[in-house]
Amino acid sequence: MSKELIGKIVDNVLQGRRNKDDEGIEEGMAGEPGVAELVQDAIDSGIDTDEILLNGLSRGMEMVGQKYETGEYFIPDMLTAAEAVEEGMKVMEPHLVKGEDGSGKGKVIMATVEKDLHDIGKNLVSIMLKGAGFTVVDLGIDVPAARIAEAAEEEKANLVGLSALLNTTMSNMGDVVKELEKKGLRDKVKVLIGGAPTSEDFAQEIGADSYGKDAFAAIREAEKLLK
Amino acid sequence: MIDKTSLGLLENPGILCYHEESVSLLEKAGAKATATREGEHDAWWVSIPEKVVRQALETVPAKITLGARNPENRVILEAEGNRVHFGSGSETNYWLEVKPETFVSREDGHERIIPVMKRNRGNLDYLCRSAHLSEQLENLDFFIRNVNVQDDDITTENKDVNVFFAALNNITKPVISGVADFDQLEKVVNMAEIIAGGREELIKNPVVSFITSVVKSPLQIVAETAEKLIAIARLGLPVVISTSPQGGSTAPIDEMGMVAQVNAEALAGITINQLANPGAPVIYGAVPVRARMDDLHDMYGVPEFCHYNMDCAQMARYYKVPCYSTAGVGDARVPGIQAAVEKMYTYTAVPFAAPGLVHYAFGLLDKTQTFSPEQAVLDNHKIGMAKFLHRESGVNEEAAERTLKTVQEVMHSPYRMYARHARGMLRRGEIFGGFPFEGDSEDQDQTLLNVHEHLKELEARDKQYLPEEICKKIFDTTPGLLPRLNPYK
Repeated sequence: MSKELIGKIVDNVLQGRRNKDDEGIEEGMAGEPGVAELVQDAIDSGIDTDEILLNGLSRGMEMVGQKYETGEYFIPDMLTAAEAVEEGMKVMEPHLVKGEDGSGKGKVIMATVEKDLHDIGKNLVSIMLKGAGFTVVDLGIDVPAARIAEAAEEEKANLVGLSALLNTTMSNMGDVVKELEKKGLRDKVKVLIGGAPTSEDFAQEIGADSYGKDAFAAIREAEKLLK
Repeated sequence: MIDKTSLGLLENPGILCYHEESVSLLEKAGAKATATREGEHDAWWVSIPEKVVRQALETVPAKITLGARNPENRVILEAEGNRVHFGSGSETNYWLEVKPETFVSREDGHERIIPVMKRNRGNLDYLCRSAHLSEQLENLDFFIRNVNVQDDDITTENKDVNVFFAALNNITKPVISGVADFDQLEKVVNMAEIIAGGREELIKNPVVSFITSVVKSPLQIVAETAEKLIAIARLGLPVVISTSPQGGSTAPIDEMGMVAQVNAEALAGITINQLANPGAPVIYGAVPVRARMDDLHDMYGVPEFCHYNMDCAQMARYYKVPCYSTAGVGDARVPGIQAAVEKMYTYTAVPFAAPGLVHYAFGLLDKTQTFSPEQAVLDNHKIGMAKFLHRESGVNEEAAERTLKTVQEVMHSPYRMYARHARGMLRRGEIFGGFPFEGDSEDQDQTLLNVHEHLKELEARDKQYLPEEICKKIFDTTPGLLPRLNPYK
């Protein structure tokens, strides 16, 4: 029973189905339980939350990643799968073992820096971080450096993810690093940057810890930084 | 206006006809013929009045089926339909081999793999390979042989049976072809009957259709081809009346002049076909091209070519006769930027006029001199793009309702992204897949190298040979077939 339910969770992550209303990759699945309902069933059946997380949601997401690597899946498949995992995590949250902060692999503050209104890349990374088991606090777009540092402190974040699309706004990423230093947080909070005009060299120049050339690289870098 | 001008031309100067039986058929229908002598040959000036042409057009079937070994691959042509089918042709003299070779740069010392090309004379083996490749190309809807065989053991007497067999044994899609020697027509039809399962079955599922270049531009009816045209009409098998004037030499170069003449030529062929057998399946085939001004060679990748061909397709539609048109010939000698520009241009433009058949569409380079299998694979992708472009519009009531629902849903979702919506379309095949041969080099175009690798995979796929007993029957009853073509020996 437990194995069957966990298997269904994996299948539904692969299908990208958040709940019973969603269609899957294959048509005709609407009406069947999705990840949210299946996770609830698993909890009600007394299955350990670690089991649901590791062998259900994370396993499903790993398989999605593999399918992406082999060209079977595309970005929309990754995103919908990550959304399904997020729904599952929402159901799990109240049931996580007392004493754990529930942040999974770590807590990440995500933001597009001040004067920059672009959010596709930042959203992509946020959704995929959640799907990969991170807790994400998304501050949105056009966020001043001071506010990002403040949120990192309040949320006790492990990582700050910064996005910029314009070469006129990318310099504001450096301001965030400085604000974190001012607050004495720099040794506790890692900084990961990304966006079209940025680069590995630029990350080093402003004192960030890492650079993700695309959403997948960003997830890999986040995992490395918070290992 | 084109119709009126073409009919005016058919009346005066009329056609210069070298075929007595055609003259006789036209005269019986009301045309006026005057005997003349052209060099060593008897000929007739035939003035065809409008009513003769109109009567012939009335009996042309508006719907024609091009049969196929695999009935699922049949092509249904409707004169007023919008479906455009792409196919191969013509008989090129050369096959272009691509061989990747490694070179070292004198400048930076780096090794690079560069595709080196070599032209080889066409032969039967290449023809079999091209038919097998055509079977694999999902956007190729019908096969016209694209390699002229020049093997030592091929003669005038055995060429037709061997090339037809080579095609039919390697592809399960419709095969359309010309017959070089009139005396071989019966043998070819016999072969097709064996494959289809008998004469009646062949009529229902014509696994072969024919092309006759009955007109020599300007406005001359060739004796031997007219004889084939009449014979095929009487067999009740589909035939394309193909006329290929060159604007600037054998036809006027301006749009009106060219189209009026080529239309008159096609109408003359259709009229003879219908007089020979009213109701016989016939296809309006116009292949008008423009001359290059520097050497008078054909020129395909130019705007005038599109004008000519689109006008002809519209004329065929006006007459309610299924149409055979042309797109995708590269004037370029090798695959590359020039070929891509020329081909994409005509693939995009010509289908706007909705001809039922578009031939010459795969792998042709150096006008129609060279066939490149790599280019055919590339063209398959370009044609996929053209087919996608010309699909039915996605703007309709149902889509409008869906849009309201989708946008309302997405606007109330956390990240306001349409990924889920895009995924649905992606999985239903409603999103075009992009360029499949993209390289990852930053200083070299790797397209041709990637296509070359893909071609190897396609060529390694299983062959769809005719069943053994059918092959045996064909070999037993068809003199002249070369034993080396028999896959079971």
